[in-house]
Amino acid sequence: MNAVRAELRRLVRWPALWILWGVWSALNLAFGYVFPYLTYKNNGATVGPGRGDGTLALLLPAKAPIVAVQGLPVFGGALVVILGALAIGSGYGWGTWKTVFTTGPRREVALGGTFGALGVVLVGITLSTLALDLVASTVIGLVEHQTLAAPAVLDVARGFGTALFIGGVWLLGGALVGALTRGPALAVGLGLVWTLVVENLLRAVADLLGPLRTVTDVLPGTAAGSLAAAAGALPEGAANGTPGLNTILGAGTAGWVLAAYLVGFAVLTVGLARRDLAG
Amino acid sequence: MTDEIVVTENLTKRYGERAAVDAVNLTVGRGEVYGFLGPNGAGKTTTLRMLLGLVRPTSGTALVLGRPPGAPETLRDVGALVEGPGFYPYLSGRENLRVLARYNGLGEVAVEAALAQVELTDRARDRYRSYSLGMKQRLGVAAALLGEPRLLILDEPTNGLDPAGMADMRDLVRALADGGQTVLLSSHLLGEVEQICDRVGVIAGGVLLAQSTVAQLRGTSTLLMRVDPLSTAAGVAARLLGESKVSTVEGSLRLAAEPDRTPALVRAMVEAGVDVHEVHHQERSLEAAFFALTGEGQAREQEVMA
Repeated sequence: MNAVRAELRRLVRWPALWILWGVWSALNLAFGYVFPYLTYKNNGATVGPGRGDGTLALLLPAKAPIVAVQGLPVFGGALVVILGALAIGSGYGWGTWKTVFTTGPRREVALGGTFGALGVVLVGITLSTLALDLVASTVIGLVEHQTLAAPAVLDVARGFGTALFIGGVWLLGGALVGALTRGPALAVGLGLVWTLVVENLLRAVADLLGPLRTVTDVLPGTAAGSLAAAAGALPEGAANGTPGLNTILGAGTAGWVLAAYLVGFAVLTVGLARRDLAG
Repeated sequence: MTDEIVVTENLTKRYGERAAVDAVNLTVGRGEVYGFLGPNGAGKTTTLRMLLGLVRPTSGTALVLGRPPGAPETLRDVGALVEGPGFYPYLSGRENLRVLARYNGLGEVAVEAALAQVELTDRARDRYRSYSLGMKQRLGVAAALLGEPRLLILDEPTNGLDPAGMADMRDLVRALADGGQTVLLSSHLLGEVEQICDRVGVIAGGVLLAQSTVAQLRGTSTLLMRVDPLSTAAGVAARLLGESKVSTVEGSLRLAAEPDRTPALVRAMVEAGVDVHEVHHQERSLEAAFFALTGEGQAREQEVMA
């Protein structure tokens, strides 16, 4: 617990954390509400009430937990990878891991402290996103004179849990590249290339090269997209669907795959951090 | 409990074919200031990193406070500053120490005490990023002092300090040792080691060339005598001290002897009819001893002393 408290102390005072938090909130608001609402207002006149009402239903409080989840596979994952990569990688650049490791804690304890503290941060980000989405949807509901129904408790719990789970996997993925490259810059770069480019490329190649599908179907991005869709977010291709979301894996399979990544990333990160610290 | 705070046995670290540290056997006793002396790249920092568990030895063993290096129970009693300070640039000096204190369950009192010891209390609210090189270095020492560890391992602690800061740091190290803490410091500054260290280990090319007190390392001092006639005087000196201790340099007699031999020598020479014009006592500097050990030319002298 000392390690978690220590790491939390330095993380919450870290400007980079708040910048990422702010960007996350802004993107969630923009892509979850602002752009869909503007689209709805534009299309409502031309396409007709049926289509428009369907869009509006997604922007009301009852669907807020889903909106909080649907951004994760798109931009949320990338932002969280950056956070994980910086949280671990910067310590090598600053020399703070050297200082911390010679202060006393075992490396697995120190890294565990970082994971724990990042977990607390992630809970905070997820809760604030939910709150923000509830506020935004309530405002839209009031403006559009809709009856405001609170989201079902089960939906909120499922949205919260799913967001936390997916975020945790990406966070530890970022931490892994941070420990691998022992620096922030390359770690962030590699993490982003993976989340934004490599997975999509692989999936595109897999469409042409069948056997590759067995691999691409269990990539973290695929599993995260499947789980988000299972939580109620509309997958890519559906009306008002979100890019990056899919129905390739069932909820159960996606959950197990992500759990394997979560544990695997954590173990590998700690293993890499146990290397000689000679630089 | 042994009085040996640090003991290494054939401690070796190889990077590929190259041995950065080659079979080093060093011992640091309780309460002493041990100077680890060597040119840049000699293996000082690698040795210290092994003593802290940051780097695993290729072979050989080390015991720190009787326990394996790098274990939590060992590090609890060890404070370290290795190869420059490493802190969160966006936190203040005080906040940086608080983070480290949290790791060990230490409180505010320990943080303030460490800040006061390195005289950084006035600037403790400022961000680490804004510190001068010397202040960063002092904060590094403050972090090492947190929790009053029994052993301090300081890698070039006066690096980046101005002359006044260096003097303060030397005073602090002496005071810590006088207070019962053991200090193992590395340095490439001979004068510094000569001033504050009880014992010295000289390392070059990864090999520990010598380990002894500063006085022992210097060796016996030299007496230079301007005498006439030289040959008679040399005979007298050889009779008293032994042939091997006598040599002539530029018309003077050079004797490897302690100053307390001077009256007897002068008396014997005068009795033998020798005129003694001048007796000069010359102590071999640690620097000369260092160069003799490391086998480096005098050309390097100024660089090392810089």
